[in-house]
Amino acid sequence: MSIERLLGRPLAVINVGLEVFAQELEADGVPVVHLDWRPPVGGPRIAAILARLADDEGAGGMGGS
Amino acid sequence: MTTGAVRAVVWRSYYQDSMALMRLAATLRERPGVREAAALMGTPANHDVLRGAGLAVPEAADAGPSDLVLVVSAATDADAEAALGAAREFFERRQRVVEESGRRRPRTLSSARRDLPDANLVAISVPGEYAAAEAMRALKAGLHVFLFSDNVALEDEIALKRLAVERQLFCMGPDCGTAYVNGVGLGFANVVTRGRVGCVAASGTGLQAVVSRLDALGEGISHAIGVGGRDLGAAVDGAMTKLALHALAADTGTELIVVISKPPAPSVLSPLEQAIRATGKPVVVCCLGAAPRADGNARWVATLDDAAGCAVATLRGQAWTPRSFGDPATVRTRLESIRGGSGALLGLYTGGTLAHEARVVLEPLIGAVAYGAHGGGPHRVLDLGEDEFTVGRPHPMIDPEARAARVRDSVERADVGVLLLDLVLGKAAHADPATPLVTALFDARRAAERAGRSLTVVASVTGTARDPQGLQRQTEALEGAGTIVLPSNAEAARFAALTLRRDLATTLLGGSS
Repeated sequence: MSIERLLGRPLAVINVGLEVFAQELEADGVPVVHLDWRPPVGGPRIAAILARLADDEGAGGMGGS
Repeated sequence: MTTGAVRAVVWRSYYQDSMALMRLAATLRERPGVREAAALMGTPANHDVLRGAGLAVPEAADAGPSDLVLVVSAATDADAEAALGAAREFFERRQRVVEESGRRRPRTLSSARRDLPDANLVAISVPGEYAAAEAMRALKAGLHVFLFSDNVALEDEIALKRLAVERQLFCMGPDCGTAYVNGVGLGFANVVTRGRVGCVAASGTGLQAVVSRLDALGEGISHAIGVGGRDLGAAVDGAMTKLALHALAADTGTELIVVISKPPAPSVLSPLEQAIRATGKPVVVCCLGAAPRADGNARWVATLDDAAGCAVATLRGQAWTPRSFGDPATVRTRLESIRGGSGALLGLYTGGTLAHEARVVLEPLIGAVAYGAHGGGPHRVLDLGEDEFTVGRPHPMIDPEARAARVRDSVERADVGVLLLDLVLGKAAHADPATPLVTALFDARRAAERAGRSLTVVASVTGTARDPQGLQRQTEALEGAGTIVLPSNAEAARFAALTLRRDLATTLLGGSS
């Protein structure tokens, strides 16, 4: 996805973390999906290793799927 | 130890975000009989917080980062139990809202993308130690990133931005408080109109100050790309700043670009200047602490206020020169109306860049200004959003109570004669930050009067008329408490300096009277 696909297109957001940000975007009419995020089992170090191993272009999900 | 009851409950594998928990804890503290309430995930840092607050209880000792801990200290058992019951209701109500919306909540990025195939950005505000991993997944998935989380390791930031540049994706942050994409605000954002000014900002509150001032002057924002405070440091080498300048150069909706940052590392200055030249558009650069100058298509200015003023004048083909005050006659009248003018200056800030700007403005006028809680003096500026003040507490833009307490404490210091404050409005900030501040200011002023001292309070409000808190309402509340409110932070700092050094009036207000 190039820069132009962000700056030239309508914003659509996946929100990970503070739910208030999803609510604010929704109030602005921005399409938003709020992720049901939890701290990954195994802690930050394992999470970092899994993220490095994650496949490119969307395969593999946050915390596995 | 006082008598009373401490009750706790641990809900296993029940993750809730820190802002939701802060709001719950604040609600519980207002209940009858409740002395203190904590609602936290069981991270090691939060266990420390509980110990510090005297709320560490055996039943919560083994709670982990995925477990929700609720502790209530109350006058009676019944009060404590009732508060825990109210917490349960709070979560049940939230759950019902989610269920009634009929929307499922995906657990993974890939399922979120199936739900929202057009998604082009991931906003990340999870605790810092997990944030880099989530950002890495988003970038690998080809999505732009708005990374609000702080406490991300520098080496992680470098790796994320290297990948982002390779893929031509934005990695805004870490510690990116505010950004605008297609005129839509992300994070702590003021409500501004969409317009023709593009921004590249290493600072959240600095960006808020510039966009709010632009809004007041009748200009809107095309995009504002946050880059995080370390971007123009030697290690990150301006990676996102350069990408953002390139993008805004290509953006047809952007006619002028404003860059907001602390001064770049010496090794980054020349590449930054090259990137600015390459935009081929007028660029206003506000690197707080760097000297004003003109350089080809770039105009370097001294303050956030100047950045907005210079941008507007440039767009409208008008000449622009920096001014100490927009309305010197009114300032002169206000200055003459107050007594005082002695003692130390204490700046109590919620916005980090505003605190930094205050110091940059003040030092040439009143001499050395200490930054932070220790050393130096007598003049001092504190950024209450710094880690040393926020351990276990939300940021003061969300929870104004910590600053209010400091305002009360300030008069304990007999030498403080001038308080300099900021008030930052916008989405996701506290709904009414002026009220707790005003209450504390009344207390502080009364205490100062009892001690036979005067206390001058000077402030600026960063926000717009359409912000949920209302610029005018917040300003009037402060003025009602005897605060002198100036239209910008730089003007507030200069006014505060004038109260201490009236001999500066000729320089700052012009010779006429």
